[in-house]
Amino acid sequence: MSVKIKRKQKVNTAIPTASMPDIIFMLLLFFMVATTMKQFTGLKVELPGAKRVEKMQSKRHQTTIWIDRQNNVVMDDFAVPEGEITKLRNMVYQKLVEDPQLVVVFQVDQKSEMGRLIDVQHEVRTAFVNGARVIYSAIPL
Amino acid sequence: MIKRKAKEPPEIPSSSLSDIVFLLLVFFLVTTTINVDKGLKQVLPPIKPSETKIPKKNLTNILIDPSGRILIDEEVVSVSQMYGIIKEKLRNEKMVFSLQTTRKTNYNIYIKVLDKLKEAGAKKISIAEPVDV
Repeated sequence: MSVKIKRKQKVNTAIPTASMPDIIFMLLLFFMVATTMKQFTGLKVELPGAKRVEKMQSKRHQTTIWIDRQNNVVMDDFAVPEGEITKLRNMVYQKLVEDPQLVVVFQVDQKSEMGRLIDVQHEVRTAFVNGARVIYSAIPL
Repeated sequence: MIKRKAKEPPEIPSSSLSDIVFLLLVFFLVTTTINVDKGLKQVLPPIKPSETKIPKKNLTNILIDPSGRILIDEEVVSVSQMYGIIKEKLRNEKMVFSLQTTRKTNYNIYIKVLDKLKEAGAKKISIAEPVDV
């Protein structure tokens, strides 16, 4: 009897860890690919809500323009001064040359007026020769 | 002597490999932000008008005035009424919706109207030059 019990206790209970580094490597690769480093803080905006929102494509082909309630305009990490909105035209054009798949994302405060957005859109439309691809950022309802 | 040296293969210490990989993993775990951004896609028309005349029967003008009223072909409608009206108009497959605002229009209403158009299934949405009222 006692021999039997001893034998049972000898059964190996260790979790196989030989493949652990492989699994971790896989996870590591996933997160490395999924990470996009460049991120801008932009302006504080309260986004409008919408039902028919679509997922945005990868951030690599995006450039973001923020417009807040006080009509401040920020593009990526550059604050566009009040009277120099036409500078946007060149900035968007430069980006478009670097990346022909560019999509402009608008992060506009829901309480702001259309006026400033219309000005910005005019510059974006001038930079894109054909139709400008834009996305109005919104919160899904 | 020479023989002995050849028998010993050089080894890279690999015991700390998993530790280093773990560290990297934790770093990327912390820095990753899964993309949750969503929005309404739209193509803005080029500045130079292409001058493609659209016959009047295939065009619906939607104007949002500064006070937030929505006018579809000069008739005031509410946001909730829009869905039915647009569905009705979409029976004409060539229907193009021209969305027009003023500089004083609230952005939220503009997005609401755009959303309603998309909800009703309108594909051809054009953003017209703003009007000054």
